[in-house]
Amino acid sequence: MTALEKTWGYIPPRQSATFDAHSIAEIRRAAATGIYDIRGGGTKRKVPHFDDLLFLGASMSRYPLEGYRERCETSVVLGTRYAKKPLHLAIPVTIAGMSFGALSAQAKEALGRGASLAGTSTTTGDGGMTPEERGQSKALVYQYLPSRYGMNPDDLRKADAIEIVVGQGAKPGGGGMLLGQKISDRVAQMRSLPKGIDQRSACRHPDWTGADDLEIKILELRELTGWEKPIYLKIGASRPYYDVALAVKAGADVVVLDGMQGGTAATQDVFIEHVGIPILSAIRNAVQSLQDLGMHRKVQLVVSGGIRSGADVAKALALGADAVGIGTAALIALGDNDPRYEDEYRALGTTAGCYDDWQEGKDPAGITTQDPALSARLDPVLAGRRLANYLKVITLEAQTIARACGKSRLHNLEPEDLVALTIEAAAMTRLPLAGTSWIPGQ
Amino acid sequence: MNQVELGSWSGRDIRTGRGPSDPFTELDLSALSLRELNARLQALKVPTNETFWRVQNPNGAHAVAVGIDAPIDVEVAGHVGYFCGGMNKCARIVIHGNAGQGVGENMMSGLIHVKGDASQSAGATGHGGLLLIDGNAGARCGISMKGVDIVVKGDIGHLSAFMAQTGRLVAFGDAGDALGDSIYEAHIYVRGKVEGLGADCIEKELRDEHRAELFALIEQAGEAHKIDVSEFRRYGSARKLYNFNIDNAGAY
Repeated sequence: MTALEKTWGYIPPRQSATFDAHSIAEIRRAAATGIYDIRGGGTKRKVPHFDDLLFLGASMSRYPLEGYRERCETSVVLGTRYAKKPLHLAIPVTIAGMSFGALSAQAKEALGRGASLAGTSTTTGDGGMTPEERGQSKALVYQYLPSRYGMNPDDLRKADAIEIVVGQGAKPGGGGMLLGQKISDRVAQMRSLPKGIDQRSACRHPDWTGADDLEIKILELRELTGWEKPIYLKIGASRPYYDVALAVKAGADVVVLDGMQGGTAATQDVFIEHVGIPILSAIRNAVQSLQDLGMHRKVQLVVSGGIRSGADVAKALALGADAVGIGTAALIALGDNDPRYEDEYRALGTTAGCYDDWQEGKDPAGITTQDPALSARLDPVLAGRRLANYLKVITLEAQTIARACGKSRLHNLEPEDLVALTIEAAAMTRLPLAGTSWIPGQ
Repeated sequence: MNQVELGSWSGRDIRTGRGPSDPFTELDLSALSLRELNARLQALKVPTNETFWRVQNPNGAHAVAVGIDAPIDVEVAGHVGYFCGGMNKCARIVIHGNAGQGVGENMMSGLIHVKGDASQSAGATGHGGLLLIDGNAGARCGISMKGVDIVVKGDIGHLSAFMAQTGRLVAFGDAGDALGDSIYEAHIYVRGKVEGLGADCIEKELRDEHRAELFALIEQAGEAHKIDVSEFRRYGSARKLYNFNIDNAGAY
């Protein structure tokens, strides 16, 4: 005990709020390794989110619907603007784009199985379409990415919709990198690259730049596929008002808007944590853009990034989205970060629930890996069933809320059903702060 | 650069062997919609008797003759806009004019022969076949190419063969700045001067197997024995950036 403590009692050491434990550890890690942190997933920092909104429910002025009895419609049609064959989905929850390469073939198959059981779509990723995924997916959205790995007209025609990827929420303005350790023979062959080298996914499309070019690119894709398939445009949330307007101008059928909580297979931590905006702050501007153009509900809006529960689904829809996309939650439903592999997570220097080194290809759950032994741990049938269960649960949850608000369709939920719990959320969503009529800035 | 006379040509095409007097089926874009034109061509399956088509009055239209999947010959009588011959399979498309951005983008096989100049991103992400350009090609020629062969009889613009994965790019003329930036395993041959090389792209020794490869490409372009393969220089990847290393951070 020091002399000071003898006089004043125990004085705990003070942790700097600026140089907190994580910041210090990062500086030490950077100094020791000479490389920035690359990881998977979306932002881990706390950002304003759907938790900052509440539903008001029915009261004297609104009648609720009877739970378990009165119908609450959940279906949605995507791609009604130009496509001859829009996508009819039983639920407004889609599976977001994730690549074969980042994920094992078993995981991709499981996503297809789960989505099909639940009556919704799943999406390819950077690396092309696998027969496993196409075979098990009733509705498959084929991503059209800057890298064009595995892109070919036959797969394009096998798709049910085409999603042109401009950006994603985890890294708006960024490309990707599949590190060499995940490049198996099959992945290398699908991408026309040697095995074992880092495969970069470009950040810009190779043959078009800007909305005027994009309009022509969309024309080409429609001509290639006989104007049958909905053309989605996926953007990372950053300037949603103008990006959505340009997407509409370019001729998109559907806009997919991904917030910074949306996951990536592998990107620099500094990119994930510091570029892009939370999905909560992006939806209202995107909807406003569509409304200002008279295109709300004509060009459908799919939002993603941190959707976990039926409450999140209901809130996104109430803010004006037509559907949501899930990625991270779908992987968790398959078995990602399962505590039963805790010993192995510990051996990798992490713990179940925190594992995010998806780029290393050592996933104990067999999902974010190309290792044959690890991949074989995931039973695509069982994992697909788990995903379907989860999708059904969050749909039921959303219906529960919608009925409580007196809505016979999920899509009848509206901003007037919501209030904000924080001033930040109120300002971002233009909803009144709970218990007040105050909308910051208005 | 060749001066292209619109809508007419003489002699037989060096690649297709078709001549202007051969019987053809005409598709006139002043009378048909783009959709009608492409639907006609896309509907052709092997075997077909309608193997020679002529597109009249393209007038710079975009997405002309995209997504064909049959071994037919298509002559386009004039200039085209973006993405002509996009994702082509098997067909031999001859453009008697200039081609806009992304001609032959993601082509899988067959031939696309541009008699005039091509704009930027010619042959982008092409997986196979031959893209032959009699004139010059703009920036990003062969960007992200994945197996296609591209022969340009004139110059190629800056950032050509950017992130080129496999396939061969040949320029009889000069190359702009940042040639082969971040190139993977594609082969580049340039006869003229190169303004500058991109990250990880280096000049490599032109060995006998490369001379043979180059000769075959020049032969396909109809220029065999007219051009000496020894006048070309070969460029490719130094393979130093294949796996991330912090000590290479200064390279990009």
